[in-house]
Amino acid sequence: MNREFLSVDNMPFCGGCGHRTVAQSLEKALGRMKDLNPLDVVVVTDIGCIGIIDKQFKTHTVHGLHGRSTALAAGISMGLSEENKKVITLIGDGGATIGLQHVIEAAQRNIDMTVIVHNNMLYGMTGGQPSGLTPCGFKTPIMPEGKPMRGHDLCKLVHAAGAPYARRLIAIGDFSDVIEEALKIKGFSFIEAMEICPSYGLKYNPTRKLHEIAEEAGLEIKLWENKIGQRDDNSYRHVTINSLFDEIQPLEVNFKSDFRGRYSLLLSGSAGEGVQSAAELLSKAVISCGLSATKKGTYPVTVGVGFSTSEVIISSDPILFTGISSPDAVIVVSKDGLNKVKSSVSEMRQGFLYIDSDLNAPETKAKILSSDFRKPFGAKSAALLALLLFLSREKLIPVEALSEQVKASGIGKKIDIEKLLSCLKD
Amino acid sequence: MKTMSKRFIDGSRIIVESAVRTGADIFIGYPITPANLIYLYASRRFKNVIPAPDEITTLQWMAGFSATGKIPVTATSFPGFALMVESIGMAFMMELPMLIILVQRLGPSTGTATGSAQGDVMLVNGVNSGGYHLPTFCVSNFEDCWKLPSAAVKTAVKLRTPVILLTSKEMVMTLQDFDTDSLEEIKPVEREFYEGQEEFMPYHPKENKVPHFLHVGNPRHQVRMTASTHDRKATLQHSTQEAISNTKRLREKMTENLKDYTYYDYEEDGNENLVFSFGTTSLASRDAVKILRSNGKKVSLLVAKTLFPIPDDYLRIITKHKKTVIAEENLTGQYRELLFGRMGKNEVRGVNAIGRMIRPEEIVEEVKR
Repeated sequence: MNREFLSVDNMPFCGGCGHRTVAQSLEKALGRMKDLNPLDVVVVTDIGCIGIIDKQFKTHTVHGLHGRSTALAAGISMGLSEENKKVITLIGDGGATIGLQHVIEAAQRNIDMTVIVHNNMLYGMTGGQPSGLTPCGFKTPIMPEGKPMRGHDLCKLVHAAGAPYARRLIAIGDFSDVIEEALKIKGFSFIEAMEICPSYGLKYNPTRKLHEIAEEAGLEIKLWENKIGQRDDNSYRHVTINSLFDEIQPLEVNFKSDFRGRYSLLLSGSAGEGVQSAAELLSKAVISCGLSATKKGTYPVTVGVGFSTSEVIISSDPILFTGISSPDAVIVVSKDGLNKVKSSVSEMRQGFLYIDSDLNAPETKAKILSSDFRKPFGAKSAALLALLLFLSREKLIPVEALSEQVKASGIGKKIDIEKLLSCLKD
Repeated sequence: MKTMSKRFIDGSRIIVESAVRTGADIFIGYPITPANLIYLYASRRFKNVIPAPDEITTLQWMAGFSATGKIPVTATSFPGFALMVESIGMAFMMELPMLIILVQRLGPSTGTATGSAQGDVMLVNGVNSGGYHLPTFCVSNFEDCWKLPSAAVKTAVKLRTPVILLTSKEMVMTLQDFDTDSLEEIKPVEREFYEGQEEFMPYHPKENKVPHFLHVGNPRHQVRMTASTHDRKATLQHSTQEAISNTKRLREKMTENLKDYTYYDYEEDGNENLVFSFGTTSLASRDAVKILRSNGKKVSLLVAKTLFPIPDDYLRIITKHKKTVIAEENLTGQYRELLFGRMGKNEVRGVNAIGRMIRPEEIVEEVKR
């Protein structure tokens, strides 16, 4: 098999560009890996001058978006199941800046890939603007007086994130041995190749040498290592269930109801007090009577505080529209709940308001029925007790249908349903 | 007493089960209300689930998995979708199959996370620079939650493209009694990989304008992919004839195969009135049509399930009727405007609302008006 990995002739780079030097060393390094063939390698290139190198490669190549090549390559690495594949990202300092999160994430997850950052300290393709890696004092066309703040030390960042291998080098001469070393790492390896852009870097910083720039910026030319045992990029595979439908029991029709038509109910209380679960049990009870039901919850985005309101529709026909134009009954079991539904209650022209006796009912044309929901057994039983009282009065379905659902659910262990039922006799 | 096998279930559960049974094999998740139930169920049902650190990474990882021959799925809502848009364009250009479930909530911006809406129609219409549609399906009821994710995955594979499944908070979070046992069996998608001996050209189209697929990392042929304008070999081109014709093909493959993935419900009842809807509002539309018919009014019903590219059938059906009422839960009637522009069309009227569901009575009233 032809083992040419990339053609280093006619490369699309300016004379004196470090990208060429990196490519030459990469070709040598790949060629030295005896068990590796071009089709074992996937090269993912970024946007910018380095991005257009992909046509030189005889490997698989993917040319993506600016800064995203590390994430794209991470997806490819995780998707490949064979161990012998090599995934290489070629990216510039601009790409590494916009995609910093992707680099850190891949390092932290120790994804099996090699990232080579071609750090020529500016955006070369777009006119030499400074990047997040441009060192303090380095001059560019839009900052001819020099960048006022320091750049990221990428090697230290990926090292801190847990990368087993991170090395900064000066991209002059042959450093294929270093690239080979990085490619052989089982896990995440990272190379930052320091270059100077011949078009903009040299022009604005004519007297400066790469070594001096790196030294003055505190960018050490060295290897950072982390000892990490097992790679974890396959750890997402896990045991699953065979059907999401099997998780929920079908509901048997065990009760009878003479109710015909459509009835809508608002149950409103406080978050964490069992409003949603009570409404769900009521709906199941309705279905166990051969009727149809829908249930939805409304609560603040913070979930655990404030109001918690549930809408339940009961119908003898299949339910299409799942909204409530005007509720037939509103059940309010707490102050939070009252505040949420106050305007709906005020707008009611008929129907019933069941409200805890400690709360003041708003002006409404609905018939007001005040009872103790919270006092008998506390806040956590209030919604359920209110529903039982509601059913015993309205007789839409038998009270037993609901108490059966409570007993069959986990709530039956926490709440003594018999005690609640005893309240109905009073 | 009669025993029925109804379950009290939400649309999220049905959608995830459908996608997995069709052969989607990896879910990349990033949490956002109201798409979280889909992520939760996916974590139990998909063999591979990876939590991503953000939505840009989500789409990039999905593209990476797709390039290796997997079928990735994610679910999000507008704020997350907005971050994905650039990468969706990339996956579209690279012709990578995947499924993106977009659960609409009330906007603009972060709007109301727990409020339902149908406000992302224009967004999905314009997701690609240059006016290239992604196949976009919209679920209108629980049966659709079963059928359409499967159709979406199959379309993604068949057309080598990202596909959007549009839904809303109301559809994926509301619990309802539903008979899951009588659902039709889903057959897994059959994938074809290039098996020829000749050089593999990743963007050389077959007769149906879709290129063969072969995954990166395979030991037989070099595979090249790119997001930039390219020829059949995926070599970057400025604007050569071959490259421009490849770019045009990206639209042609969607429109010329549209019949294969056009889904809608149509009940013809005379040629006087038509109620047209999609998504959650189609439930109110179905109720409205029932009410109107019980009052002796002749009224046809069209429920669109393939939203983009817009099938010609919809225009044909609308033209057949003297009056059409299009109901959608957004401010301006986005789909209506896409069909007829801002000038509108005589006898095509809209029923619209935001921050609440459209009620059947409102549709009835507009038909009677």
